[in-house]
Order: sequence, then C-alpha cells, then structure tokens
Amino acid sequence: MIQGIHQKQDWDDGDEVDNHFELNLYIAGASSNSIRAVANLREICEQYIKERYTLRVIDVHQEKSLASQEQLVALPMLIKSRPFPERRLIGDMSDTQKVLKGLGISGE
Amino acid sequence: MSLEPSESTKMHRTLPKSSSGMRGLDEITAGGLPSGRPTLICGAAGSGKTLFSMEFLVHGATRYNEPGVFVAFEEKAEELAVNVASLGFDLNQLQADGKIRIDHVRVERSEIEETGEYNLEGLFIRLGYAIDSIGAKRVVLDTIESLFAGLTNQGVLRAELRRLFEWLKEKKVTTIITGEKGEASLTRQGLEEYVSDCVILLDHRIENKISTRILRIVKYRGTIHGTNEYPFLIDDEGISVLPVTSLQLNHPTSVERLSSGIPALDKMLNGKGFFKGSSVLVSGTAGTGKTSIAGSFIDSTCKDGGRAIYFAFEESPHQIVRNMRSINIDLQSHLDSGLLLFSASRPTLNGLEMHLLNIIRLVEKFKPNVVVLDPISNLITVGSTSEVKSLLTRLIDFLQSQQITVMFTALALNDGKAEQTDESISSLVDVWILVRDIESNGERNRGLYVMKSRGMKHSNQVREFVITDEGLKLVDVFLGPVGVLTGSARETQQLLERTSEAIHDHAISRKDREIERKRLVLESRIAALKEEFESVQEELNKSYIEDELKKSILNDNRKELTHKRDNLL
Repeated sequence: MIQGIHQKQDWDDGDEVDNHFELNLYIAGASSNSIRAVANLREICEQYIKERYTLRVIDVHQEKSLASQEQLVALPMLIKSRPFPERRLIGDMSDTQKVLKGLGISGE
Repeated sequence: MSLEPSESTKMHRTLPKSSSGMRGLDEITAGGLPSGRPTLICGAAGSGKTLFSMEFLVHGATRYNEPGVFVAFEEKAEELAVNVASLGFDLNQLQADGKIRIDHVRVERSEIEETGEYNLEGLFIRLGYAIDSIGAKRVVLDTIESLFAGLTNQGVLRAELRRLFEWLKEKKVTTIITGEKGEASLTRQGLEEYVSDCVILLDHRIENKISTRILRIVKYRGTIHGTNEYPFLIDDEGISVLPVTSLQLNHPTSVERLSSGIPALDKMLNGKGFFKGSSVLVSGTAGTGKTSIAGSFIDSTCKDGGRAIYFAFEESPHQIVRNMRSINIDLQSHLDSGLLLFSASRPTLNGLEMHLLNIIRLVEKFKPNVVVLDPISNLITVGSTSEVKSLLTRLIDFLQSQQITVMFTALALNDGKAEQTDESISSLVDVWILVRDIESNGERNRGLYVMKSRGMKHSNQVREFVITDEGLKLVDVFLGPVGVLTGSARETQQLLERTSEAIHDHAISRKDREIERKRLVLESRIAALKEEFESVQEELNKSYIEDELKKSILNDNRKELTHKRDNLL
C-alpha cells in the first residue's frame, strides 16, 4: 500500500552523485512500527536532505523472496545503498540523531 | 505384567515423533524428536550441534520425505555444504532437488544502527517463505542466539523468540534450535525457557587424552525416554548414539549348541559345548593358553562352516596364525576361505566407544556366528573399569540380540583374589572358564575348570589343560593319596603305580608256582597212597582167595575121604 513512493529525481550531474541518497525502506505491512518508520524517515529526509534523495518503501510481505536476498531480519530496516558506504538502520526511525548518524549526515 | 509396556506404547501413539534416522537416538527417545514441536539441542562449542541438526534434516529429506529448512546464523550455505560433505551429504544436490533449503542469516552489529522500535518480522517472513516454498516439515535454527550478539534490544528479542517458537508450532514443523552452553544454564540466553518440549544436551569430555562425546536427554515432555548419559560418535557415517540399556533383556535364546573345539571341554559342558548366542569368558593368568582356547573355538566353528571375527587387541593376525599353527590349528585356511576375519587394533588407537562401534559395524557387515575378543584386559588402558563394563554390557546385549556367540579372553591377576577379572564382567557372561596355574614341585601346570555355565549341567572337576603339537587336550587330573597331582608329578605317580603293578604281578606269579609245586607234591603223595592201598587190597584179596581155595580143597579132601571110607565099608 505504501509501496513505490518516489521522490523527485534531480541528480543528472556526476558531481552530485555522491551527494544523492538512495534509500530503501523495508517494512512489514501496516504494522505500527512500519507506519511510524515511514513517517519519521520522510520527515528527516525532508528536513535534512531535501531533494537529494530517492526513497523506496517496500513491503516485504509482498515480495517475500527479498527478505533472504537482502538479509532482512529485523524490520523495519532502512538500507542506504548510496552514497557509500552502505549502511543499515533498523527501527521505527524515532531516534533522529541515530538516523542522521547512520545516514552519515551531521545534524545542523 | 503387561500393564507397563502397553501403557508406554500407548504413549508413543499419542505423541507423534519424527524419526531422526540416527542410529540409537530413536531408541532412546522411543521414536525420535517430537513432531511439530521445537527441540533444543545445547552443548559447548564443537559438541556436534550443527552436525546433529543437519543430519536430522538430511535424513528427514532423504529417508522420510520430509523436506527441511536450515537457517544458519553462523555459517554460510557453501561452508555448511563443505562441512557435511564428509558425511556423504550432497547439500547442493538436495537444494537443487528442492528437498532442503539453506538460508544464511547474517546480523552484524557493526553494520546496523538501531533507531527505535523494531521486531523480527523479517526473519518470520524469510522462514515462512522458505518453509512454504519446499513444503518443509523440519526446520533447524543454528544458532539463533547469534541474534543476541547482533541486536541489542534484549526485551524485543526475547518476546520475538517466544513468538517465533509459537509460530513454528502453529506451522506444525519439527524444529531444532541449537544453543551454546552457558555458565550456569543450559544455554547462554536461557533458550530452555522457551523450548519446553524436548531438550537434548551434547557434551564432549576428555579423559586420559581420549575424548568421549556424551548425549543426554534433559527433558522430553509427554513421553518416556532414556535418562542416562549416552556416548555417541561422529564419524564418516554421521552420528551414532550407543544406548547402554535401551536394549532390553528380551533377546531370543537358543538351545542350539556350539562345540568349543576341545572335545574334553565340551564333555565338561554337559557333553555338547556352549549355547549358541551365549557369552563365554576365558580368564586366566599370563601364558595359560587363553588365546589357544579362543583359536581352537574359532577353528572348530569355521570347520563347521560358520563365520567368525577375531578382534585382536594384543597380537597381529600373522602372529596369531603362526602361533596357532604350532598347536596344529590352521587358521590360514579359514582366512583363505573367507570364513574368518581378523580385526587387529591397539586399544589405545580409539576411545572405547569407537571400538564398540567398529565391532558393531564389522559384525553387521560380516554377519559372523562367533566373535572373539582377545583380550579385553587391554581395553582398560583407554577407559575406566565401569566404562569398560558398560561397553561390554552393550556389546553382549548387541551380540545376543543377533544370536552371535562371543568369547572374551581376560587376564586375571594373581593377587589372591584371582577369582575376579579386572573388568568384573564375570556376572554378565553365561559361561566362565578359568584357566589357572597350578604350581608345585618346581613346575607350573595349567588347570582348567568351568566356574559357571548357565542353563546346563557342568563338570565341577579341575582338568589339567595340556597344549600339545596336536592341539589342546584336557587330561583328568590324578587324584593320588596326597591330593590332586598335575604335570610331571602326575606322570611320576602314574609311573609309580605302573611299577608297583609289575612288582605285584611278579609276586603273584611266584606264589602261583609254589602252589603248583605243592599241588604236585600232594598229588604224588596221593598216588603213592593209592598204590599202597592197592597192594594192601591185593594182599587182602590174596589171603581171601587162599582161604577159599583151602576151604574147597578141604571139602574135596573130606568128600574123597568119606567116599573112600564108604568104599571101604
């Protein structure tokens, strides 16, 4: 239901590639954790990396084989595949400082 | 009488079990692990938890048509495949056939940032997907405690694990959860709290530099089970548990008899020898001919077309064959005809359990009628007395269930209480033959007697046991006026008797001659008397005839005179 929410992509230039955040948020259906995670993450992204990110929200229940492929255990899980290095964040993203740390963004 | 067994069989039926396919384990668990429920396998590192669970899974997939999912928290799928390849399990093929699915779950704390509340739904989805994709009936979680290292929120983890086990029960899959042994509890994270149906503890002990693996069923709800510590083995055929007492004392018995190969010994055993399927202990001090008795028994068995295995713990096969030849026992011909098999190994080569398993394996492969262990005394070097006794108990149980006659030889120490073997198995065996040194007059001789022989009348005599070029012989000991005599004392006594007999004979003949002489004298005397009597008789007759003659002449004369007178008148 929350699947496939895409933000605008505006990163054509190679220089900006390292600046652009590619985020996959894996959630389990409409659990309260999932809903909170989506809301919290979106808020953080909008506040700190506005227009510099791509967020995909994936319901693992819909695509169960992903769980094994992506080594999912705890949900919700956010995988930041870019910029490098890859980072994994679990939880409902309520601890903003930790999310920022995990994404490699210094909170201003 | 039949109340208890029927009750237990009823229990077997009420609780469905999944056969583990592991030798011995199904016996002590009365059928296997509880179906559709989780079982906890705990033990220290290297105690064989992963192997145990993998074997359970593979046997399920290959033998019982129950596909399985292996969730590996510690090893990668490829590593696992390599590790169990030595057992002959082809995990890759099984995976390709859709019989087994391996899922490697990696949780690395350093890569993960915890940003709030979470649960383990991901694991549930993965597991559920894996189970459904192959229709799995068996699941292994190895070792789920790794999650505690990767994730910090203990409260969540515990709640989620409880939920996971409940969920697995609902899915009706038979699950094995492995857990590392903790300091004070069975597992580090107290998993035994969640898994309450069946807990099996694996242990690994090292005594005298020889390791023994031990398996114990800590609990098993709703069923009877063995509560002992059972030694188990891991080798190229996987896990084998060796139950001590699972084989009940209900093996079939036979009235068939087997010759010992020594006719005189058979005669001592009610004239027919040992019962088929019985156990025979030959004990004695060093050099009393125990091996020779064993060799003779084997020889006789093979000559009758029976099969035999000779487990030698002291001598090499060649040595035994050569030595037996010197007493006219040709074991080589039996080796050539394939009726005899030698298995020689030093006791220290393996732990006791390995020895037992080797014996059982060979016996199952070769299917002998007779098994000889020579000597069991040396086994004590690799185990304690009670361990050796337990091993021999299990061995005897096993062999008797297969109707195989077994002969042990044991060295008895000459320390006053010589009626006891080191291994104290004399109470286990059916027949106990004791060969004993009888030392007197500067020489040692062997005395053989039957200490016990269950179920038959047997001789109470001590026989002298002689090893000759022609084979083994039992000689009746000589009971002289000074007691039991053996060896040259016996021969001396026999010689003495023979001499006195000759002298006696001689004396008798002399007396005979004298009597004869006397008889002759008397007879001649009788003849003389007879002649004398005849002459006297003749004399008497002569005078009688003379008288008659005189009388008749007188009569004649008178008549003549009368006539003459008449004439004159």
